[in-house]
Amino acid sequence: MDTITVSVYRHDPSSEKEGRFVDYDVPVEEGMVVLDAMKYIERHIDPSLSLRWNCMAGKCGSCSAEINYKPSLMCKARVDSFKGAKIRVTPMAAFPLIKDLATDVSENWELLKKIPKFTPKEGLEKPWKISQQDIERSKEFKKCIECFLCQDVCHVIREHHSGYFGPRHVVKAASLDMHPLDALNRAEFMNKDAGLGYCNITKCCTEVCPEEIHITDNAIIPEKERAVNLFYDPLAILVRSRRNRSGKK
Amino acid sequence: MRYMSSEYVKHETDVLIIGAGGAGMRAAIAAFDSGSSVTILSKSLLGKAHTVMAEGGIAAALANVDSKDNWEVHFADTIEEGVYISNYRMAEILAKEAPDRVRELEEYGALFDRTPDGTIMQRAFGAHTYRRLCHVGDRTGLEIIKTLEDQILHRDVKFFDEMYVTKLLKDGDRVVGAIGLKLNNGEFHVFNAKAVIIATGGCGRVYKVTSNSWESTGDGLGLAYDAGTELMDMEMIQFHPTGMVFPPGVKGLLVTEGVRGEGGILLNAKGERFMERYSPKKMELDARDVVARANYAEIMAGRGTVHGGVYLDITHKGADFVKKKLPSMYKQYMDFAGVDITKEKMEVAPTVHYQMGGIRVDPETTSTNVPGLFSSGEVASGLHGANRLGGNSLADILVFGRRSGEGSSSYAKKASFGKLDEPTIMSEIQRVKSFLGKSGTNPYDVASKLEENMSEGVGIIRNEESLKKVLDAILELRQSAKQVKVPGTLKYNKGLLQALELPFMLTAAEAIVRGAIERKESRGAHARSDYPKKNPALRKNIIYSKGESGMKVVWRDVPVMPENLRKLVKEEDY
Repeated sequence: MDTITVSVYRHDPSSEKEGRFVDYDVPVEEGMVVLDAMKYIERHIDPSLSLRWNCMAGKCGSCSAEINYKPSLMCKARVDSFKGAKIRVTPMAAFPLIKDLATDVSENWELLKKIPKFTPKEGLEKPWKISQQDIERSKEFKKCIECFLCQDVCHVIREHHSGYFGPRHVVKAASLDMHPLDALNRAEFMNKDAGLGYCNITKCCTEVCPEEIHITDNAIIPEKERAVNLFYDPLAILVRSRRNRSGKK
Repeated sequence: MRYMSSEYVKHETDVLIIGAGGAGMRAAIAAFDSGSSVTILSKSLLGKAHTVMAEGGIAAALANVDSKDNWEVHFADTIEEGVYISNYRMAEILAKEAPDRVRELEEYGALFDRTPDGTIMQRAFGAHTYRRLCHVGDRTGLEIIKTLEDQILHRDVKFFDEMYVTKLLKDGDRVVGAIGLKLNNGEFHVFNAKAVIIATGGCGRVYKVTSNSWESTGDGLGLAYDAGTELMDMEMIQFHPTGMVFPPGVKGLLVTEGVRGEGGILLNAKGERFMERYSPKKMELDARDVVARANYAEIMAGRGTVHGGVYLDITHKGADFVKKKLPSMYKQYMDFAGVDITKEKMEVAPTVHYQMGGIRVDPETTSTNVPGLFSSGEVASGLHGANRLGGNSLADILVFGRRSGEGSSSYAKKASFGKLDEPTIMSEIQRVKSFLGKSGTNPYDVASKLEENMSEGVGIIRNEESLKKVLDAILELRQSAKQVKVPGTLKYNKGLLQALELPFMLTAAEAIVRGAIERKESRGAHARSDYPKKNPALRKNIIYSKGESGMKVVWRDVPVMPENLRKLVKEEDY
């Protein structure tokens, strides 16, 4: 049977100063994904390997890690897509390490608590009537499975302690702001308290999103634009003027 | 105190909820809003529970699309497809309350697909008389879980995720708390609670081929059973007609009934639309047990596909329609199988999907026979009888999740904190630690043996001989489960977790098999090749409980429907 070698980062920060890569030989199956290899390791080679996975189907966003240093869902990374190149699996670097591939993503719940929740407009007649067209914009953001790969790849989060909440949280705010019956405007909060001004729209988050949400174009830029009248953000102004020139909304 | 608490962290809460899927979270909202302090525990990260996998929709008789629909028809559909062993009161409550729970979810921020006049859109689903399933494309579960998560985060509800509860704690007859292992740091936590809700979901992972996610190992069933709770209808395991068959890594993964609801048809390898032979009237949209057995029979008769499935075809609806109505199925087949379902047929086969049975509860408050213990969601029983209708589980978790929250909260208001027994806590901590070590059986090997036995011997069509073989195997595996050892420490040790899950998985499996042996007839999801007919004398429920010398199995009458409900339902035919 054919095998591949997967190199996995192992480190328990509570007892080891430094981590190390351990190579595991795993039998290849047709259509196999990196998570299948990891499951093989935990079942047959070392049951104490720490990693998260749950639905195995790209629906829950648990098995986030970096594969050859690219933030990825292990359940969706086809082994054959690496075309025989070595596969290296490391934990998400932007989050504190728990052990091996498991990281502490709990700060995201604290940030989500701070974003004002859905607040329906007053005096709406029940049952609510909404047109399908009006829900489409918010629906894109509601595809988010909270895998936090966008947070992981964001260089503002990685390199600066600016207080920027990160792409996931802008997507959350945008999903609420673009809800047709929501009464609030979270742009002021996002720009003032959630550090959105620090984002310089490099689009890395959009590239890694497994749900293909256009995070930068459809969430971040509109949230920046909504706040242009409130705050001075040169990037947002620039983007807006360029968009107007090209005739897009 | 005689025992130093340095071994564990202690918490107090009015209501403790074990499980943070749809039922647990809806319960948390209800218990908190009725004035109790609430703590909710989750084995996975918050928002990752199996509810997230639900696709097709939530059943509620809103009558937005078919104006003739109402709670009475929904009630009758539920009782008839549950093959007359459902608890009538639970079915009545579900049918009456589901519309309010859907509208309430909308007020929490969920956005359902709409009809042309702006109301909530409803789609057809198997064995529902009318178009009844409110949906968000084919990712309804994600919308529900994220909406509830948002509500939890904006309330003062305490939550601990990656917390695995290993034992319920009792004071006399009453459940008064629980002990758990916090996976991410290896700490033990002890919760002292006035009331406890079990909302841990199903046990599909006792099978090899299942649509269930990693965490569905029947933990809550085992916890409750060990604490003296009665289980019911465990022999009733739903096989979903359509799971993926290829590639091997995703074998069993769900293909939503929404595909058939939106017009998808089933074909065998010869290109025949075989449902014409099995169910000429309802065709692909008959109840799940009927369609699953038809798929199985076609495959067994040698009319299956290369990978051992049948074809599910939606190509005739056109690419735009498919991408719009079934976006996540389109992506699932593209990403995992490299198949474009707008141009090619899907290969599908039956997959273990849902446990109709579980903890026996009171329909009004969801209390169990053990004081202080409540339960809702897939882990609880009574509503679905011998077969669950698609979309009724999402309705179930909201309707009975809320009732669980309110029931436990009003119980907690009259109760005081119980006394926690230190020696019990210390011996439980010792038991957990005892699985750490170098030489012993690999827990995954024990789990694999169980899964293979269940898939081979307790499948879609059952018989006495193979059931008895599996029962013997389970009893042997119970011994092996005690010998397992895992290297490493208490911290984030998935092997240790598997070791702790094993006894619960074995309890769930043992109940399924014992009930399947006991029920010498074919009813709903339970089909016996040696007893192919339904038997009127067995229109009863099987109750499971922990006896002094092992699992006790007894028959109990189904509660008799009052006249006003009975007249809504067709007479059962034999």
